[in-house]
Parts: sequence; structure tokens; C-alpha cells
Amino acid sequence: MLNFFQLILIYAGVYAIMAIGQNCITGYTGMLSLCHAGFFCVGSYATAIICKVLGFSFWLSLPVAAIISGVIGFLIGVPTLRLKGDYLCIATLGLGEIIRNVATNLNPVGISQIPRVELFGYVFMSRNKWAFIILIWAFVLIFYLLFQRLLHSRIGRAMTAVREDEVAAASNGIDVTKYKIVSFVLGAAVGGIAGCFQTAYTLTVSPASYTFMVSVMVLCTVVLGGMGNGKAVILGAVIIQFISYFPQLTGLTNVIPAQAKQMIFGLILVVMMVWRPQGILGRDKFRYGCEKKRLFGKKKEGAV
Amino acid sequence: MRILETQNLTREFGGVIAVNDVSFKVEQGLVTGLIGPNGAGKTTLFNQITGMDKPTSGKVIFDGKDITGLPAWKISRLGIARTFQNIRLYKDLTAVENVMLGLHFKVGTDPFRNRFVQAIKSYMFANSENMDMYGMAMEWLAFFDISNSAQEYARNLPYGTQRELEIARALAAEPKLLFLDEPAAGMNPAETAHLMSVIEKIRSLGVSVVLIEHDMKLVMNICDQITVLNFGMKIAEGTPNSIKSNKDVIEAYLGREEI
Repeated sequence: MLNFFQLILIYAGVYAIMAIGQNCITGYTGMLSLCHAGFFCVGSYATAIICKVLGFSFWLSLPVAAIISGVIGFLIGVPTLRLKGDYLCIATLGLGEIIRNVATNLNPVGISQIPRVELFGYVFMSRNKWAFIILIWAFVLIFYLLFQRLLHSRIGRAMTAVREDEVAAASNGIDVTKYKIVSFVLGAAVGGIAGCFQTAYTLTVSPASYTFMVSVMVLCTVVLGGMGNGKAVILGAVIIQFISYFPQLTGLTNVIPAQAKQMIFGLILVVMMVWRPQGILGRDKFRYGCEKKRLFGKKKEGAV
Repeated sequence: MRILETQNLTREFGGVIAVNDVSFKVEQGLVTGLIGPNGAGKTTLFNQITGMDKPTSGKVIFDGKDITGLPAWKISRLGIARTFQNIRLYKDLTAVENVMLGLHFKVGTDPFRNRFVQAIKSYMFANSENMDMYGMAMEWLAFFDISNSAQEYARNLPYGTQRELEIARALAAEPKLLFLDEPAAGMNPAETAHLMSVIEKIRSLGVSVVLIEHDMKLVMNICDQITVLNFGMKIAEGTPNSIKSNKDVIEAYLGREEI
């Protein structure tokens, strides 16, 4: 029981990092992308190859994974980000499948027995789950803070403008395509980093685990939590992981079929889109000029 | 001095010629009206000039530079701002954030600096940059007397305020030329009167204004120059008084007299 609970926390952390990346693409800039599994795969393989084959440290693989995923995101983004809505969705879906198929064709078994992560002489053993939980959630916090700051900077505001209205954004001197690419590359890079942590925990990579379902799960996480809200997508990640490990957690694996979670995710997407499109927590309500203390005093005056 | 000139601008959509060989001039510091019956091609002409759409043939000269076919964001950075016929605010953002987006390229973009360095800087110093932009945005809201709606979401604002907010957002970029596409559409007489005073204020800032409008009282009172379009062609040009008595214009609006 505790074992599964810890497992959920680890996977929730990995998915929270991915969801922060997806949130940058879907929540900030409003692009419907379905290829996070692809970036996840790239990151996992980067760690596997760098640690196992090249023999470098895990920590080196983080920036490398981010850069490789970012470059792939850029290369695919330049031609496809001119597409809108459904078309972009289909193009990115294709990318995710291409990456998975390339990985399968290179080596259908994957890579196993990857060296363990080491930090200042401490070795992260798979049985010591609390260490992983601390490691991964520390990075969740870091990425949360980095992307919250991005959202409330001039760049993030321009991304929000692109989401709200591309024509108006262009009339305000915002280069719509540039910001779409920047947002896509950043989201892809974070997706890659999430892959590194996945590998660090499981110590194996296998192309079979980067299916389309993973992309759907990440998108589902963002939609469930609330698009464009950093806290919400982390909450979404925890909820989604609890749902997907619910049978194991309660010991009902014989009663609830494994496919049930896919049905539930589909249901969540539909229900949320119909009844609460803004997600559980809704959008981030950030009001410039009345941060901190003035939030209470001034808001009431303005609300009349 | 002529700030904007279109030379034989033409835009065809398939077989329809929406703008046909229009040579349109805007003098610096004046309010120029662009009128004509529905479907005359006024908004299409706006879109060609502001880069929302590319002309089939012809040229657009702004401030001595040929800007034909440049992307909209570049044209707006050169100093042409616009509003839209159907209000295009960022509806899920607050009023002040809308104006801050109007200031987007006014703060933190130094043409002599590397863009990447600039981006890193505006990320690192986001708070102080936000404070600067917030201060400037609040000044623009105060200019339009809507600073007490600053923290309201744009979608919740009354219609007239939304129109003014859109003008504030366009003006925040400190353009040389401002295009207003039917600013008085859907306004009641009191709101229209207020709008008139707003346009007067904009003129006093030294910004040239081009306005599409169907409200003849507003156009005749406020414009220095009027250009009339009909079926994509320019049929008249001149001062309000000369337009009022122009035979072609009367015919375009009221139809030909049967004898």
C-alpha cells in the first residue's frame, strides 16, 4: 500500500514535469499538441545512452536531453506551427509516433541496466523511494517556479496574447510564429527532462512505454487541472496518477480491468470540456499592480 | 506632409475585386475619414495597409518607406496601430494587461541589442519590467478615464469601455498613425459624443487618425479629410463640405434619381 503510494508520488512528479511543459504549449500559447510522449522518449533515451553507453553522469544528461528535445521541437515546430487547432494536433500526433517508431526500429528491446543516479556520493537506489520522491519533486518545484515567472514576464504575456487572439497579437507587434516556436521548444525541452527522471527511476527504457496514451494522459492532466495554471497542472498530475494506479492501490486489480483507466481519461476529457473547460482550479488569476498586500484593499474598490 | 499613401492598391478575392486601384492619402496630424456603403472595401483597404492581408497589386508607402506585404507585426512596430470592427480584446486578461500588451515592443526591445540577450534580460528582471509597464499602462487608462476598471477582465467591461480600451491598447504603442475601424458602431449618442472627445484628444497628441465610420454626424464633425469608396473604387475625396454636396457620393448612398 505505502509502496504504491510512493510509486504514485514518483510518477505524479514525472508527469507533473511533463505537464508543466505541456502547459507551456497548450495553456500559455493555446496550441493543441499531442507529442509529449515523443519528447519524453527522447529524454529517456538521452539519459540511457549518456549514462550507459557513453558513461557520463546523469546530471549531464539533463541539459543534453533538454537541448535535443528542444531542437527536435524547433525542427518540427517551424513547418507545423503555422497550422491551427486540429491540423497542428494531427501533425504533432504524427511526430510522437515517428519518434516511437524510430526508437523501436533502432532497438525493439530498449536499453536496460542503466547506472544509478549519484549525487554527492549518495546513490539513489530503486528501493529507497523517498529519495526519488524528494529528487523529482524538487525539480517539479524548480520548473514550476521557472515557468510561473515565464508566464508573468513580457514573453509569457505575449504567449498569452497569442492564445487569446492571434490577429490582435500581430496588431500589437507580437511576432506570433516566433512566440509559438519559443513556447513549443520550451515545452519540448521540459518534456525531455521528465524523460530523464523516468529513466533514472526505472533504469530501463523500452520503446513500448512511449505510446500515444502517454501524450493523451499529459494533455488530460493539463485540461483536468486547468490550462495555464501552474499549480493546477501539478494537482492534475497527482489526480491522474491516483486514477491510473487506483486498482493497485486498493488491491482491486482482479475486479477493475487495466483498460478502465483509458476509458476514464477519455471520459475526463469530455466531461471537463463540456462542464468545466477552465479545469478544476481554472486560470491563474494574477493581477498586475496589486500583488502582495494591496490585493485585498484595492480589489474591493475596483470590484464595484 | 503625407504620412501614408497607397498607390493603385488592388485586392482581388477570386473574381471579386474588393479594392480596385485605390490611391489613398493621409496627411500628417489630420483626422481622415473613410466612408462608403457596406461592402465598399473599407475594411479590406485597412487590412492591406496594416499587413493583415497582402494586396494583389499596388504599393503602400508609409513615412517614405515601402511597407507593401510586410507582416502585420512588423508594420505595427513601424508605427501603425489599429482597432478592429468587431472588438478584438484579450478577453480573459484584465484591462491593464491588455494595455501592457499594447506596450509589448515599447519596453525591453532595443534594436541595437541581441534579441536573445534581451529575452534573457526581460525574463531575469521580469518584476521591474512589469512594474514599468504597469505604470505606463495605468497612465494610458487614466488618459481614457477608465483607470478604475484596470483590474476587471476585458470580457466583463461594458461595450463602450471595451471600445475605449481597444483604442488605449493601440495608442499605448505610441503609433504615428492610428486606424479606427467603426469605433462608434453600436454606441448610443452619449457614448458617441464621448468618443468624439476621445478622438479630439488623440489628435492633440499629434497622432494621425484614419477612421471608418457610418455615423455621418461624427464623420462630418470630426474629420479634416474624407475619402469615399464604393464597390472598391475611390469615388470622391475632399473636405467634409465638398463631400456633402458631391453628386457621386449622394448617388452611392441614396441611389440615382429616377426621372
